This record gives sequence, structure tokens and C-alpha cells, in this order.
Amino acid sequence: MGTTDHGGRCGYLLEAEEIVKRFGDFTANDRVSLRVRPGEIHALLGENGAGKSTLVKIIYGSLQPSAGRLRWGGEALTVPNPAAARRLGIGMVFQHFSLFDALTVVENIALAVPGPFDRDALAERVARVSEEYGLPLDPTALVADLSVGVRQRIEVVRCLLQEPRLLIMDEPTAVLTPQEARQLFVTLRRLAHEGCAVLYISHRLEEVRELCHHATILRQGRVVADVDPRSETVSSLARLMVGADVQSVNPAAREAPGPPALTVTGLSLPAGGPFGVPLRDVSLQVRSGEVTAVAGVAGNGQSELFEVLSGERPAPTPESVTIAGQPCGERDITERRRLGAAFVPEERLGHSAVPGFGLSENVLLTRHAANDHLVRTGFVSGGRVRALADRISTRFDVRFSRRDQEAGALSGGNLQKFVVGRELDRNPRVLVINQPTWGVDAGAAALIRQALVDRARDGAAVLVISQDLDEIFEIADRIAVISRGALSDSYPAHTIDRERIGMLMAGARAAGPGPERDART
Amino acid sequence: MSALEAVLLTIITASTPLLLAAVGELVVERSGVLNLGVEGMMIMGAVTGFAAAYTTGSAAIGVAAAVGTGVAMALLFAFLTQTLAANQMATGLALTLFGTGLSGLIGQTFTGLPGVKLGALHIPGLSNLPLIGPVLFAQDVLVYASVAITAGVAWTFTRTRAGLVIRAVGSNHHSAHALGYDVAAVRYRCIAFGGVCAGLAGGYLSLVYTPQWIENMTAGRGWIALALVVFATWTPIRVAVGAYLFGTVWIMGLYVQGIGVAIPSQFLSSLPYLVTIAALLAISGNRILTRVNTPACIGQTFVPDR
Repeated sequence: MGTTDHGGRCGYLLEAEEIVKRFGDFTANDRVSLRVRPGEIHALLGENGAGKSTLVKIIYGSLQPSAGRLRWGGEALTVPNPAAARRLGIGMVFQHFSLFDALTVVENIALAVPGPFDRDALAERVARVSEEYGLPLDPTALVADLSVGVRQRIEVVRCLLQEPRLLIMDEPTAVLTPQEARQLFVTLRRLAHEGCAVLYISHRLEEVRELCHHATILRQGRVVADVDPRSETVSSLARLMVGADVQSVNPAAREAPGPPALTVTGLSLPAGGPFGVPLRDVSLQVRSGEVTAVAGVAGNGQSELFEVLSGERPAPTPESVTIAGQPCGERDITERRRLGAAFVPEERLGHSAVPGFGLSENVLLTRHAANDHLVRTGFVSGGRVRALADRISTRFDVRFSRRDQEAGALSGGNLQKFVVGRELDRNPRVLVINQPTWGVDAGAAALIRQALVDRARDGAAVLVISQDLDEIFEIADRIAVISRGALSDSYPAHTIDRERIGMLMAGARAAGPGPERDART
Repeated sequence: MSALEAVLLTIITASTPLLLAAVGELVVERSGVLNLGVEGMMIMGAVTGFAAAYTTGSAAIGVAAAVGTGVAMALLFAFLTQTLAANQMATGLALTLFGTGLSGLIGQTFTGLPGVKLGALHIPGLSNLPLIGPVLFAQDVLVYASVAITAGVAWTFTRTRAGLVIRAVGSNHHSAHALGYDVAAVRYRCIAFGGVCAGLAGGYLSLVYTPQWIENMTAGRGWIALALVVFATWTPIRVAVGAYLFGTVWIMGLYVQGIGVAIPSQFLSSLPYLVTIAALLAISGNRILTRVNTPACIGQTFVPDR
């Protein structure tokens, strides 16, 4: 059967009827219904926390529904565990890959393929299937050495070996370069053409319009719409997802940029841990008044770069990192803050904020040495700290259920607004922020992006490290690309397009789609 | 019996309990669990092994009792850490303290009594060969068991699906769960296997090494086994090398003291540790192998969503 449009009167492959899933008081899925036909690429759209992942985990047997029914080819069905789902022909590619770094490609695949354990025979099958679908893999490579794009290929091939009738893909393109994403779409269209249904989770609306035949939109655990994405616009889909218009960032008038306030010169650094990435001769200038973005696929040295900039790891020489003209390579994070720099790491819980601490205590963690008179002769002024926490919460619209709540009890978006606000409230001259809106709802993301642009227009040098190209094009004045620990030159944002960024992301690997291994060992 | 023969025999006897305990813990750690209760399981194995053998007069029953006790202790640990999701470090330490205390209590009535020694095998022909006969072909069954277990573990990890699943669970329990593996069930089995090995190691001490019950007779061997696993970077063959190296240097130290060489005894007793650490560090210099073998989830509690 070929790709099927709405009009086709064929039977459904999978039907989910009135699925309810509760975690304690929280209802993640509230009477969600969904129907997927064979050969259909069906999008499941929604913001973070809308219940998309919960629903597909129920279909895949990782979670059991609190109420509701599943049907498979018209017959009632229970999926007690993922192995049962795989036996039915349901394959899933996870958002956070379910791969094992320390195992080889073929071992990773063997774990999901039933039957006798014959490594050589399986390696041959892997090579054959991956070749057939244009997803080349080296079966003996160690997963830890592979780029994220190749890792996803492993997951896809692992599903293909099971000859799936339904393939679930959870945010598959979040970690891919544009070129890798296009290659994936070719594979998915081919699968659909062969009659396999694809359930495609995403919040990237452009690609859903390009790829999918049907879209079910979830908001706060409920189905709010069932549409044909090809007859919608990006903004109409966004409105359905968010339930309100999403404000776009106002770039404001831009003056001529000032002098470089943050520079990195010839910085090389060995990998920090066994799975770390070494930095190779990184040079960068971030000018006052500009937002400079570092684009790149996750795991290409972004965390390492952030650590060196913030002072969590010392640079090899004092001159490799300068802040406001001062050599800083060997200074610690507090000394860098005193020079007017501020840092927001990627991990909200456990890195930016201590989950079990109240907001005021979390304020103190980065502000204790920043001349706010929060600490005097060793004693913390509780009143001042709480007042500061309140000020930040008001200014950045942080919502909580009680004053001075523990950071861990806030939603992702609210906590991110808080930790970004904590740093912006100091009016830093230099701001370095890693993945500013990762896993944050659209409203909070818009507020944070606007605040970053505003800060730059007020004369600060802002460095944004992000995987999200939409975000980068929305806020950045200059763009550089990091790939396997090496940083490209930075280009004015209006002179570089996605195609070129994708090439830079792929680094030297852009030449051909052969099995790719990182050079790092 | 020549002097060389005697030295080789004591080295084997000193190394076997270390090897048994370490290879058991290796399997436990490869599944992502850190059981610091090895010492406790060993000492309980030693006392129950001795008591059973003394009461029944059969060393074989003693060995069985030692194994049973080791498994019982291990299952207690598994229940606490896997079913009740208790902290592994604290539970393991508690298991050692509990075992040390309880073994002293059980052993009170057995102190100073003559034990039952597990006999050596006699293989006609081979056992009578000069030097290699007594050293290689006239050992007790536990020595051969320790070698067979080590080889079996090495083979399991490299060649079988079971070994692959254990490595997967220890490497990333979230992924293993997402693929549909029952993380707790895999770990229960590995922990129980560790109990078998620790029980055997303890039984070896009170039934072969010094066939009597002495309080605290494990003397920290469980901790040495734990350290060996780490320094051997979680590979069975290196654990064997480390255990035998440790045993060799230890016994050589005793002999050197025995013939009255003027080296401080404290130095000699610290030498096995230094040599073993240095040697294993030297052979674990390959960072790729190390990172492949290190169980990334070790010591972390895993509670799946339902």
C-alpha cells in the first residue's frame, strides 16, 4: 500500500482510545485518542510536558495506562512490556537514545533482537539492512566513538531489523544536522511507502508540515486538534500547540558593536573524561552589544567550552581567556564574576540550581561575591537575599506555589527563567549561557530570548551556546559553529544560512555519508 | 617436598580466596551494583562452613553451608538495594558490620576446635609428576573451581547474550529498561552469584587455608578483593593476575621474614598492596579498554517508572 491520504477508507493499524495516564496527582494523558493507518506518517505535536512521550511509552509498553484501550489492526491489545511491542512489530527510536556507550554497534543491536546470539551473522544482517536503506554503519564500532547522527542511525537500523509495522520516533531531529535530518526523511518516506506507519513526535513545525500526512496536537495532556499539517501554516500549528499566539523576539535597533569583552585565543584542552571531547585551537571574540551564538550538535565540545569560559576548568594559559581585557585563564569562577561576567550552565537542576534549596538560597550561590551586600563579615543577610529572590521572580515572571519554594519543585520553564534572571539581574558585562531554552515551554523561551537580546542591546557581550538553529537565527548577531571540539570562524548572522551551518556542523564529515567515527580516542 | 613446591602451594592457597571473592564481585559490579559487603559474606561463609563441617564431619557439607550463607547474605543485600532501593554503599557496609559481628557470635562455641580439612584431589599419574604434579594436579576442588569460575565469567562476558545483558544493565540501566530488560532481576542474579563466590571464598579459609575457626579470620580479604576488581578494570583475567600477584608477594614477604632478613615487617606486609596496585595500574594503562569495561551505572539506585 502506498502513502495514504485522509480520504482512503482503509483500516487503522493502531487505535488508542481514551487513554488516561496519571502520575500521582498529575494527569499526563487525559482521555487521549489517536488513530494511525498503515503507510501514514502521523505527527504527534505538542510542547514539552504536553504528554507526547507518555503516550508513546504506553504504546511501546514502557508504561501502563491508568485507563483506556489500545487496538492493533482492530483487535483489543495490551502491551505489557517493550519486548511484547517489538513482537507485534512496533519499533521505537528514543529521544534520549537507548544506546550503550561501552558496547559496539552490533552488541547494541543484539540487545533488541531476539533469537540466538550470533554476533557475526547479526553483523552481516546489520551491514546489509543499513546499506539497503542508505544508513551505513560499521557494526564493530564502539558507540562512544560515534557522532549523534550515526547513533540515531543505529537506533533506526535496530528497528528496521525487526521489520516494523509501526515505527515511533521521539523528537528524532533534535540532535541532527539539517543534512542528517533530510537523510532521515528520505528513509521515513521510503518506509511509509512500503506500508509501515510512522508516529512522529516533534515540536519542529516546519518539518512536520514537510513530512507528515496527519497531525494530532496535544496540549496539557489532551488532544486539542486533529489536522492535516500540509494545509496549516507554521503559526496556526504553533497557536494550536501553545493555545495562544507566541510572541516573536523584537530584535530592537542595533548600534555598532563595541570592543571584544570576552575573547578566547588558541585554546586547546584535552578531554576531561573518558567520553569527553578535547577542544582544538578554539578562538573567539564576543563583542559588547552583540549576541554571538555557538551552534553545533550536542556532544561536540559545547560543555567543555562552557567549563573553560566559566572557570570550572582552568585554561592552559592566563591569556587564552580574557574577560573585559583581563587575562582570566587561570582565575576561578568567582573572580570572573567580579570582573562583571555571568554564567548559566546547561543543566538547570544540579548545576545552575540546587534542587533541594529554596530560591533565596539558590540566589546566594552565584551572588554571594557580587557586591550585593548579601554576606557581611561571614553572615548571610536573609532579608536581603529573599528580597533579591522576590525581585528576580517578579521581573522574570517566575511562578511558584509558595514563596521561596525549593528549586526542584519549579517547572523547567519557571526555573530556567529564574536562573537566567538571577544572572541578568546583575546587569553583567559578559554573559555566557549554554542551551538557554532547552526543554522550556514556548512562553518562557520567548521571554528568555527577549531578555538576552535586550541585555546585549544594553551593551553586554552575550555568548549563547545552542543546538536550536531556530533560536540562533532569532537572536544571534554573529554565528560560529562547533564541531568535534573545533570552532569555526564567526559569521554575521545574515550572511550564513542553514545549509552552510549544517556543513560546518558536520565538519570534514560532510564529504560523504560513509560510516563515521570520531577521531577522538 | 621441596622448598619451591611448598612456596608455590602456599601461594595458591593464599590467592584462591582472593580470586573467588573478587571474581564474584566483578560480576556484581559489571551489572552496576557495588556490594561493599564482600567481607561480611566471606566471614559468614567461613563460620558457617566450619560449623557445618565440624558438626557433620563432612567438608563437602561445610562448603555447601558456606555457599548457602553467602547467597542468603547476598539476597538480603539484593532485597534492600534492588527491591527497597536502599543506598548500596550504606547497605554494603552494614552487611560487612553485620557479618563480622554475627560470625563472632556464632563462632564463640567453635573457637579452638579442630576443623575438618577439605582434601586434595588425587589424579592417578598426573599427581605424582615431580613439582608440577603436587602444584597443578593435587589441589583441592575449590582451587580448580576458582579457575573454572574465572574462565567461565570471562567467556560469559565476551561470548554470550547473558554476559551482554549484564554489561548493558551496568552500562546504562535506563536504556536497558527502555529496551524491556528487567534491571532488578538481572542484578538480583548477579548479586546472588557474588554471594556464591564470597561464600566459597570464606569457606576456603576455614576449611582449607587454616581448617579452624578464628574470629575475624578473613582479615580484610574481602576489601582486598573489592580493590582488586577496580584495579583490574573489571576484567576477569586481570583479576586473576592481580589475585595471584597479591598472594605471591604476600607469601614471599612471610618467607623473607621467616629466614630473618632485616626488613621491617610493616614494610613487608604493605608490599603486596603496593606491588599489586603498581602492576595493575601498569597493565590498565589502556584507557580505551578501561572505559569500555567500567560499568557506568555502578552504585546508582535504579527505580523504573511504572
